[in-house]
Amino acid sequence: MNKIKKTYERMNEVEAKFKVSDNALTVKLSGEIDAQSVGVLRRKIDVEYDCSAVKNMIFDFKEVNFMDSSGIGLIIGRYKRVAALGGYVKIKNANKTLKRIIELSGLGRIVRL
Amino acid sequence: MTNHIKVEFEAKESNVGLARIVAVGFMAPLDPTIDEAEDVKVAVSEAVTNAIVHGYEGREGVVFLEAFSYDNTVMFSVRDRGCGIEDINKAREPLFTTKPQEERSGLGFTVMESFMDSLHIESVVGDGTTVTMTKRIGSR
Repeated sequence: MNKIKKTYERMNEVEAKFKVSDNALTVKLSGEIDAQSVGVLRRKIDVEYDCSAVKNMIFDFKEVNFMDSSGIGLIIGRYKRVAALGGYVKIKNANKTLKRIIELSGLGRIVRL
Repeated sequence: MTNHIKVEFEAKESNVGLARIVAVGFMAPLDPTIDEAEDVKVAVSEAVTNAIVHGYEGREGVVFLEAFSYDNTVMFSVRDRGCGIEDINKAREPLFTTKPQEERSGLGFTVMESFMDSLHIESVVGDGTTVTMTKRIGSR
């Protein structure tokens, strides 16, 4: 594959890695989260959560290079599923921009930061 | 230093990332901080997503992105020829969304307003929407 194509695709790539421990599913996200990429993430996370048999969900944003408000929709959607089972959602390693978007959304009231 | 570019692209979600790269590349000569560049990236991403998702509602169409720079200010204008917005004041309300079933957060305009210095929306139902935003670079 052409080098530039590869670099560009890698830049836009989103990934979710999962880990289960202490009754929580940790979702480690990386790449750029926007309208294009949320669909894939939503499906992957929901399947993993349904199969994990744990209640809580932790989002780790350490390796996320970009996120717009599409990501807020993603978190709220997952929160609804988690809350329906009595669990909590926690957000880890949010950068400054992400914190501002979370603040604007009022999400800080329902998820743990 | 003044500069002006005009880019048009198909209304596809896969082009949102490209629009962000154009925006950052355009403002680079003004030597923005990482935070300023990030603010512009988020705002342009929101505006272009709106044009694709709400303007054209997934139908075929063209998004027009224009950028101007003058003094220490960048101005971005994102235009679609989509369905237009019936009630702009309502659309600007935080968390208002016409598509809750798609997990849209309803924060697009709120984010644009908060991350840029000014936001202006012009819309005609059946004719399309133009969003114009400015940001001063180097006000740190």
